[in-house]
Amino acid sequence: MSQHRNVILSLIDKHHQRLLTDWLACQKRDSGISDPRRDAEMQELARRFLDELRRGAQIAQFDNINAPDWQPIRNLLEDLSRDRALQGFSPSETAVFVFSLKEPLFTLLRQELRNDAETLATETWTTSQLIDRLGLFTIESYAKTREEVIARQQQELLELSTPVVQLWEGILALPLIGTLDSARTQIVMESLLERIVASGAEIAIIDITGVPTVDTLVAQHLIKTISAARLMGADCILSGIRPQIAQTIVHLGLELNVVSKATMADALALALRRTGKAITDRKVPAKPDA
Amino acid sequence: MAEIPILKIGDCLLVSIQVDMHDRLAMALQDDLTERIVADRARGVMIDISALEIVDSFIGRMLNNIAAMSHVLDAVTVVVGMRPAVAITLVELGLGLTGVRTALNVDKGLALIRRIIDNPESDDAARLG
Repeated sequence: MSQHRNVILSLIDKHHQRLLTDWLACQKRDSGISDPRRDAEMQELARRFLDELRRGAQIAQFDNINAPDWQPIRNLLEDLSRDRALQGFSPSETAVFVFSLKEPLFTLLRQELRNDAETLATETWTTSQLIDRLGLFTIESYAKTREEVIARQQQELLELSTPVVQLWEGILALPLIGTLDSARTQIVMESLLERIVASGAEIAIIDITGVPTVDTLVAQHLIKTISAARLMGADCILSGIRPQIAQTIVHLGLELNVVSKATMADALALALRRTGKAITDRKVPAKPDA
Repeated sequence: MAEIPILKIGDCLLVSIQVDMHDRLAMALQDDLTERIVADRARGVMIDISALEIVDSFIGRMLNNIAAMSHVLDAVTVVVGMRPAVAITLVELGLGLTGVRTALNVDKGLALIRRIIDNPESDDAARLG
């Protein structure tokens, strides 16, 4: 074990500059990114990586990159993957950073061990394994960052798409947009009930114009929301039912047990009537600037 | 054993449940309440559950029973002050309390009872739109 470590170590020591230049050239060629503005940054990253690799090779085992000795290099790769994931690089563009080190490293190995075929084969194999592990680690970090981004976006979507609007004193509107799944129903229900308590509303208009399809599951979620609102003392009116959805509801034999109106305007008119209010035409139309 | 007080407001009875309900307490409440409805000739019953953080199927059934009994005695039952978390739990349990009327708080509950007593037909008409 100590033998090949020293070989790699001496290689990096002896040909540091050449390795760096070749590696950068390979990165540029393989990734197809030739942005002069990034050159300095890439060079800095590569230099740091080589330094850490050298330090790691002095002490750590090659077959276990999870060892604490490899911590600095793992941090470096994690940072790199996160940056590239957030900047929209593809997985292969990210992994090229590590994998492109193989070519210059192997070339050097071949030159150094030209007369010793057996050592060359062993060295090539262990080095290749190390680089592969580091590359896989890079990809894993990249995927983790992407998953975090997706999870955050999902959360934001959930929060964005469940507003409860006060239309009038005692009248709330809940415009639903997108498909109703269990998680969203829970959030919708909670925010609606909280608003009913806060505003003392007696009527809630649930508008499903933005719900693409109503199947039995969505209908059940709607019924749940309506029942919960009723338990809080608020009546629900369902509005925004498109002709297609009306047909679906009947074909599926769904029983919603709720007053429904075709448009939000009709629902608001009914809600106002129930609360004893009315909207009437003015005798003299108001001036536009008034 | 603690007893649940029944307060009289005009021709309404107000029951405020502040303690955890168990079988015997629920039975005693049903006895007391039906007797008071008859004795006071009450037209409305308001059950305030704003202090309850947990409502299980047992209490749900009790509320339904009280509503049905009051109905037989020609009194309207309104459950008031349910918490959002309780409402969600009941719905998830499949207990919609369909036989019971509900209101957000005691104030609105009284108004609802008044509306129904004064105008028994129009309320149902309004609900159907």
